[in-house]
Amino acid sequence: MIGQEFVQLSLTPMLVGILASLACALPGNFLLLRRQTLIGDAISHVVLPGIVVAFLISGSIAAWPMMLGASGAALVAVLMIEAVKRFGRIESGAAMGVIFTSMFAGGVLLLEQSDTSSVHLDVQHALYGNLESLIWLSAEGWGSLFDLAALSEMPPQVGRLFVVLALVVAFIAVFWSSLKIATFDESFALSIGIPARLLGFALVALTAIAAVAAFDAVGSIIVIAMFICPAATARLMTDDLVVQVLWSAVFAVVSAVLGYMLAGYLPGLLGYDYAVSAAGMMATVSGLILGVACLFGPKRKRIAPTA
Amino acid sequence: MSDVELIARDGDRVGRKDPECPLAIDGLTVSYGDKPAVFSVDTRFGKGRMVAIVGPNGAGKSTLMKAVLGIVPKLAGRALFFGEPFESVRSRVAYVPQRASVDWDFPVRVIDVVLMGLYRSLGIFGMTSKKDIAKAHACLERVGMADFARRQIGQLSGGQQQRVFLARALAQDADLYLLDEPLAGVDAATERAIMSVLKDLKSEGRTVVCVHHDLATVRSYFDDVLLINVRKIADGPVASAFNDRNLQQTYGGRLGATHIAELQQPAG
Repeated sequence: MIGQEFVQLSLTPMLVGILASLACALPGNFLLLRRQTLIGDAISHVVLPGIVVAFLISGSIAAWPMMLGASGAALVAVLMIEAVKRFGRIESGAAMGVIFTSMFAGGVLLLEQSDTSSVHLDVQHALYGNLESLIWLSAEGWGSLFDLAALSEMPPQVGRLFVVLALVVAFIAVFWSSLKIATFDESFALSIGIPARLLGFALVALTAIAAVAAFDAVGSIIVIAMFICPAATARLMTDDLVVQVLWSAVFAVVSAVLGYMLAGYLPGLLGYDYAVSAAGMMATVSGLILGVACLFGPKRKRIAPTA
Repeated sequence: MSDVELIARDGDRVGRKDPECPLAIDGLTVSYGDKPAVFSVDTRFGKGRMVAIVGPNGAGKSTLMKAVLGIVPKLAGRALFFGEPFESVRSRVAYVPQRASVDWDFPVRVIDVVLMGLYRSLGIFGMTSKKDIAKAHACLERVGMADFARRQIGQLSGGQQQRVFLARALAQDADLYLLDEPLAGVDAATERAIMSVLKDLKSEGRTVVCVHHDLATVRSYFDDVLLINVRKIADGPVASAFNDRNLQQTYGGRLGATHIAELQQPAG
């Protein structure tokens, strides 16, 4: 039965891909408008040393120590970026570049030197996750979605990402007007009593949470791509912030679904007998969609030099 | 803060807690790094006056405005609005930042920017009612931008952008307007439109304070002037404070004697 096979093997990886993409793409809209997209890149890189250190301390790769280590590393990175910016008096892009590459490199060295052969923790995993392994064996078909016993055996990443996505959506919905005003005109926002700097910090914290949760399931490639590509594509489609956020969600879902299917079936259709990394294909698709929008998006003329 | 607390803390300054005074600044000092940007400035702005803050580039004009509003931290000193700290009278004060300080490619329409001025009166989740939108339209009407309500802000000229910023401030319905360079880089028509709106505000008894760069128009546009170059050089009515000795001191050697002589000609 095709339904059962799909639900067992493909539904959960696809769902995880969609949830992770959405959780990153939605805050990505605000990062893009604040010219902070690189912070998503930075955070997803520093997650690696964070989880390695967490593993070395706790000796396990259980979710909570990993999350804690990753969040700690994200916090350290944000503070160090601020410090480099302030004391080195250089612009934030350069400060981020310096910090996240060094921390990522440190993580790679640490990983190489420590004994992680017994656990599934390696550089490949860090880059493109283990999406294909998130199968749902206890599923017997679509009906299992309504079966609590079967649901409880779903890979835990699904539930975690669902909670994180709900948090992201709630944050953006509740603080919508203040976020919009603070992003457009910080001085004005402060003058009318919006805690603009606190909101900016909350946005970065939310970015870190989304990055850490998504990283565990899908690796850093997709996290980096989804913070930037759907939002950047959406910006080329509209001049309205609400519409932009909705478009970014559409592009995130399309990239995840199309990416997963192409990774599984495209090589077969071309006559090769292997599949390619689903996470890698999802990120590639999101980039291709951005490329198409650059050529044909209705608001692309915006990016032409203006007089 | 109660009067008693205020007296206890600042006994010598209690006379300055004047609810009629839109803005009183005492010993305001702001510093970026170790170089002071504004040093120990004292001044008071009078109710219903049009005031220009004038000084050379880097004199701390914008910084002074941002510091009294708490946008940049004060190193020392304080500012009282209508005799109160800013936080308790926020809704009576409207601030218009420099036009160049924001990204005009931001995906919002003109009407959305004006609605930002109503933020403090909007309901939960920032829902706007028909009444709010009508009010925003009326503000656009006053600055001659009603036909542009649905436009994306990136399609506006510099002068039109400045008018939209002014419309947002009008929506705040404040008693004190602080504007940072409202006439910088705008066309002649916009300059006339903005000045006419500001004069209306003044005739309604509101107070208007502008950071102003064009020395040639200070006499015709403003009642009072604050001359600063990090420190306060002079303040008071334009007729007395805007004199060549004070200008020379404010601008140092940067202003030629002939230039100053021209400024002394009565306007018009």
